[in-house]
Amino acid sequence: MDYRTVLTTCTYCGCGCNFYLEVLDGQVIDTIPCKTHPVNEGKLCIKGWNVHEFIQSPKRLKRPLIRRDGVLTEATWDEALDYTVSGLKAIKDAHGSDSIAFLTSAKVTNEENYLLQKFARAAVGTNSVDHCARL
Amino acid sequence: MTNSISEIEDADCVFIIGSNTSSSHPLVATRIFRAKKKGARIIVADPRTIQISSLADITVRHKLGTDVALLNGIMHVIIQRGWHNVSFVEERTEGFEAFSKGIENYPPEKVAEITGVDAGDIVRMAEIYAKAETGSIVYCMGITQHTTGVDNVKALANLAMLTGNVGRESTGVNPLRGQNNVQGACDMGGLPNVYPGYQPVNMMDIQKKFEKAWNAALSDKVGRTVPQMLTGLTDGSVKALYIVGENPIQSDPDTHHVKKALAAAELLVVQDIFLTPTAEMAHVVLPGTSFAEKDGTFSNTERRVMRVRQAIDPVGDSRPDWQIIQEVSNRFGYGMDYSSPEAVMREIASLTPSYGGITYERLEGEGLQWPCPHADHPGTRFLHEGMFSRGKGLFHPIEYRPPAETVDEEFPYWLTTGRVFAHYHTATMTRNSPTLDAEIREGYLEVHPDDADRLGVLQGDAVTVTSRRGTITAKTAVTDRVQQGLVFMPFHFIESNANVLTNPAHDPVAQIPEFKVCAVKLEKAPL
Ligand code: SF4
Repeated sequence: MDYRTVLTTCTYCGCGCNFYLEVLDGQVIDTIPCKTHPVNEGKLCIKGWNVHEFIQSPKRLKRPLIRRDGVLTEATWDEALDYTVSGLKAIKDAHGSDSIAFLTSAKVTNEENYLLQKFARAAVGTNSVDHCARL
Repeated sequence: MTNSISEIEDADCVFIIGSNTSSSHPLVATRIFRAKKKGARIIVADPRTIQISSLADITVRHKLGTDVALLNGIMHVIIQRGWHNVSFVEERTEGFEAFSKGIENYPPEKVAEITGVDAGDIVRMAEIYAKAETGSIVYCMGITQHTTGVDNVKALANLAMLTGNVGRESTGVNPLRGQNNVQGACDMGGLPNVYPGYQPVNMMDIQKKFEKAWNAALSDKVGRTVPQMLTGLTDGSVKALYIVGENPIQSDPDTHHVKKALAAAELLVVQDIFLTPTAEMAHVVLPGTSFAEKDGTFSNTERRVMRVRQAIDPVGDSRPDWQIIQEVSNRFGYGMDYSSPEAVMREIASLTPSYGGITYERLEGEGLQWPCPHADHPGTRFLHEGMFSRGKGLFHPIEYRPPAETVDEEFPYWLTTGRVFAHYHTATMTRNSPTLDAEIREGYLEVHPDDADRLGVLQGDAVTVTSRRGTITAKTAVTDRVQQGLVFMPFHFIESNANVLTNPAHDPVAQIPEFKVCAVKLEKAPL
């Protein structure tokens, strides 16, 4: 049996509570609030207490999908990445950088946000990057 | 937030406006409860009765979209009675003359008419907030999601400056950011006009700096905002949209319009962890991972940068989002070669002055609050100490403007939207959590008992709700939390998607849509 606790930051609201995810043999089984963290001091709300429940939900997307004959169908990473990149390239060549836009996310990490806007600006050549800050 | 979450509990007065704190930011609410215990006076202004209203010293329910009028009324009283902080205004601010002239037009009696708030209550609110040694303002989307969102925020800044409640512990103007990393997405340049650290894309020396660091030619043209992307898709000027971890079909106003726009895309790429309604429309779906399957950082509402740590392997064949983006970029022909998120953070720190002193090593423990410009800097608990970023604080005279849509004979009810305690945003994650799903399973419409009588509906009956943009059906929750003439709906539930109804009219500057106000009609649904 492999049991571990991993300290991390809540994925739900902007409070940013810290807790330990309890992991047993690769399954996240529970959440323990962090007592020494300055925001939550050992407390959590109902969403935080139950945050482990959605992580390994059977409904998680497990493989890339490509629309074929109108239907989203499972594909390999190679196929999906090539599909994405050739599509973006063709549109950039035909209509210019500003015909492509990006919605980045308040759910992914800082590092991921940084990389997406860098890709948009440096690789595609557009500043059309926005996210749901307003929503 | 200008100040930190923990400081709230030592404020003498907490003024909560447009934030259902106990529902949307529970661990901030905890601090407000503690402040109350320590003797703070609590003021709540919200169109609905919310849980936190029950512990308030004074609570008012102003009409939707009348925040500027209410705040101007409060400031009118403060200036008239000489309760403002004269030395702060003289030493730290400018523009007071023009501003106070404008405020003269907002005597409490007139404001009472606009807002529906009793004039005596306006005076009491003014007195409690102005006379507190430390007053902390807490607000959320109830302030920003209006066509006058920027005006609302400026009016709050005026109020804090007028009373000297800025730049000290337990004071400030404190927006509670909704999503866990909305602060970080903004900090990282997830905005069409700025690079990371709010450095403008159209300033020559900034552009040069990033061109050199990224080894690429960059555009100085400000990009499209979300509403402009949608319009671009509809008129054909935008052909491809690449969406990471967002669900605009449910989260954006006027769903029918959003669907039409997304359907027009030649290429719609969606990277997410569940097959959301938005992903269902994509040409290609890339499975990213949840926060439990990757390393990285989030920045919370008080600007605290904190570690996210990988607990398990990615589910199925999914991949951490940073790896997906890096792979897309490499195949696109722009090389990225980061060995880990930590390596990305090193680059961020080198290009973002406010993150300059942030390293993973230093984030162990409590994290760091930016600005943290260099390796020895301890981080910043509250902003504007001694000086504002622009030097002196500037008063903006703000006039009240009504919302974009108001009730009329055809659409006689005001509709406002929000969240519930057990769910989160479009509920993709929370509705896939059995415990949270069991708390609240479906959407509902809060209706005042008198209105329910008039419609001939009882608790739990279905009603159709129609705005100029669409119709949905929802069950009623009959309650006097809402006033007569006002109805409320959470937007978490796709089956009764409140955003089919909401108005995409937006603030001219910030482009925030007016989620919080639209006009609807109600009818008893046929059985
Ligand atoms: S535990 Fe609750 S209050 Fe804390 S960050 Fe998560 S959602 Fe917010």
